[in-house]
Amino acid sequence: MPACLSPPRPAGLALVNIAVGEETPSPALEAFGLSKSFGPTEVLSDISLAFARGEVHAIVGENGAGKSTLMKLLSGHLEPTKGALSLGGERIVLRGPVDAERRGIVLVHQEILLAPHLTIAQNMFLGRELRRGATLDDRAMNRRAIEAMRALGVEIAPNIAVERLSIAQRQLAQIARALIAPHEIVIFDEPTASLTPVETDALHRRILEMKAKGVAILYISHRLNEVKAIADRVTVLRDGKWIATRPASALEPVDMARLMVGRDLLNLYPDRSPRPSGTPVLEVADFNAPGYAAGASFALRKGEILGFAGLIGAGRTELFEALLGLRAGRGEIKVGGRTIRLHNARDGMNAGIVYLTEDRKGKGLLLQENLTVNLTLAALDRFSNGPLIDRAREAKALDEAIVDFDIRLGDKNRLAGELSGGNQQKLLLAKMMLLNPQIVVIDEPTRGIDIGAKQQVYRFIAALCAQGKSVVVISSEMGELIGLCHRILIMRAGRIVGEVEGEAMTEDEIVVHATGVGASAAAASTARRA
Amino acid sequence: MNEPIQSVRSSLWSRVDLGAVAPFAALAALLLLGTLVSPRFMSVDNLSNVLTRSAFIATIAVGATFVITAGGLDLSVGSMAAFVAGIMILFLNGGLIENPVLLIAFGMILALFVGALCGLANGLTTTLGRIEPFIVTLGTMGIFRSLVTWLAQGGSIVIKSSELRSAYRPVYFGDVFGAPIPIFVILGVAAIGAFILYRTAYGRHVTAVGSNEEVARYSGINVTRVRTITFVLQGLCVAIAVIVYVPRLGSTTSTTGLLWELQAITAVVIGGTRLRGGVGRIWGTIAGALILEVIGNIMVLSDLVSEYLIGAVQGAIIVIAMLAQRSLSRTR
Repeated sequence: MPACLSPPRPAGLALVNIAVGEETPSPALEAFGLSKSFGPTEVLSDISLAFARGEVHAIVGENGAGKSTLMKLLSGHLEPTKGALSLGGERIVLRGPVDAERRGIVLVHQEILLAPHLTIAQNMFLGRELRRGATLDDRAMNRRAIEAMRALGVEIAPNIAVERLSIAQRQLAQIARALIAPHEIVIFDEPTASLTPVETDALHRRILEMKAKGVAILYISHRLNEVKAIADRVTVLRDGKWIATRPASALEPVDMARLMVGRDLLNLYPDRSPRPSGTPVLEVADFNAPGYAAGASFALRKGEILGFAGLIGAGRTELFEALLGLRAGRGEIKVGGRTIRLHNARDGMNAGIVYLTEDRKGKGLLLQENLTVNLTLAALDRFSNGPLIDRAREAKALDEAIVDFDIRLGDKNRLAGELSGGNQQKLLLAKMMLLNPQIVVIDEPTRGIDIGAKQQVYRFIAALCAQGKSVVVISSEMGELIGLCHRILIMRAGRIVGEVEGEAMTEDEIVVHATGVGASAAAASTARRA
Repeated sequence: MNEPIQSVRSSLWSRVDLGAVAPFAALAALLLLGTLVSPRFMSVDNLSNVLTRSAFIATIAVGATFVITAGGLDLSVGSMAAFVAGIMILFLNGGLIENPVLLIAFGMILALFVGALCGLANGLTTTLGRIEPFIVTLGTMGIFRSLVTWLAQGGSIVIKSSELRSAYRPVYFGDVFGAPIPIFVILGVAAIGAFILYRTAYGRHVTAVGSNEEVARYSGINVTRVRTITFVLQGLCVAIAVIVYVPRLGSTTSTTGLLWELQAITAVVIGGTRLRGGVGRIWGTIAGALILEVIGNIMVLSDLVSEYLIGAVQGAIIVIAMLAQRSLSRTR
């Protein structure tokens, strides 16, 4: 497989190499004074950066800092208002993403862009199918799909339809798809947003391989620890402006955060209240979500924050969707000591339990509707006189939510789809809190949101627990579970296999349970006790 | 200021406002064209005639706006209209009640009941049976049509009593303050439809279900119930159209309501309702129905194009309307 495709212009390149010498790698891609404006708003101003071969260059910044715009300029999805690009020493103008790809610049999108009904292999070769004579060479495509997925640490049949994959597997399939094209500059936009540590490690190994072959890698991530681990150099953007570019070795995650926010960020996690010992408000016994989770038993106390850790596909989301009546499931659920049966989301809401989905865009918010419609959708009966909606009361509720949840927007009439990830999450929180629930299940509370909004979400969760409500946090970010929860349950392959609390809440301990690797007798006995 | 990129990219004015204004602008342009083409076009008689004739499609299309906004589709409305009309006339001919006015009143109630029932059947089959509404209503389209043919034994079903016919006549031909009654029917149905869709929780739920069914479900909305009721509303609208239609000819045949589904769906789409659901525009639908009728009227008055091609023109309009909708919402 030709991993690197040289641009058809070696002459100038050779000159540069001689001039600079062997020690300094020549820049593969250079940006000179890139600016981008939409109408009167300048979203990126005067960015000059050089990306070297065999180097992982991370770009960090809060949402709205201009990372995505920069990536789109570099990959031909947008044209700069001012400034220029040079590829291998030669000035170029990118005429769209296809042109960029032809020149060896590949963007791995953050959103999953795969056809759900086609198989992994069909998606991977979509638009560049391998042929044998006039017919498709499915055997070769399947074989290469297996190899491409294996290179990312996934063993999976290539003829499975994408719709049957988990979100993590889809993300990996999308990465694999981008990497089978010839490439010499690869831009990763939040590649690990829905990956767990094990999958992230596999991806990082693949990135190091590419780096060793001389590929220039641009890496965007909110996960600063990850950036620290993988990057050679780190560039920080803030409000569309370049702030700093430094070797990763000279920059700790806390420094990156400070540069991103422009001030010190102390105490990402709020103070933990003492672990409550009262009576359980939610007791689940031997609950099954067929195909996803089995034999789940646990209890949640009043005022407790209970974490659910595990790898993607461990069945955490499905277990809670089944518990809340959003998918098929059976088992015993007691709320406040009373056995109940939940057939749909409304039953849960009536019983005081709400579920905030991990899939904000697909299941949480109506992206094409304004904020008011989204805010009151689940609690519309509280805003109605008979069948008639009271718009004044709705408007008042929105004003309150904007203050209470610090939803930041210029215009109240914007559509939910136009909000940043952090503001969308705040809106979803506000929407569900209108139901005044006693038990809140939050799935991936901070996925894809910036560090400032994360801190606010954490404080909000702590505040809920201080009000005597109980919270379940499902998260793939072990750091936030450890920083936030009183107790963490770990799921593996559909079963609760471990429980940690207090001093035992460490990443190592959780990974051991979550992966089953090195699962000692201790882990097994914890599982039995749980 | 958090995300300046996105606020600019989805320039609202091009998506929402133009989409809402376009059908009315098109209608105005057609009125102008009609005035230029024929001096008779702008006469009160002609315009009130156009409005009266558009009553059936406009009424049915208001129901279709609900179905389509919730992400469904009903192809059976034309056949259903013929079927409901057949049942209603057979009831009137049964003469169970002496007083003709009372008899007609009960006939109307029966029509509404049968229409709602037909809609309920469509709705429950799609929602509980989890079958595409396109397929279900394609099936019931054939069933209703065939039932009418069978009831009429291949001929027509006619109101037998001339006394009854003359008592019922004013519902279509009569006027109040000089305006034909069907115009009031259009206004009434549209006003009620707009009230339900824009002002009630149910209407909000219809839009939400069509916009994203999963979001609606996760928000505790009973998607099955919301969708089913849209089909019942569609059935009621068909029945109201029938109540106005029956006195016009006093009969129904196996070809009554032929291609009404095409016209109703065209009116809805011209009006700016999104065919995949999530955006519903009742008044746009009314404009759409008027546009169809005005075009037919201009063709008849002008002799520019043979009036036998009205179907072709209407078919072309739905395609053009879809193209216009697409270009007005470049974002997707």
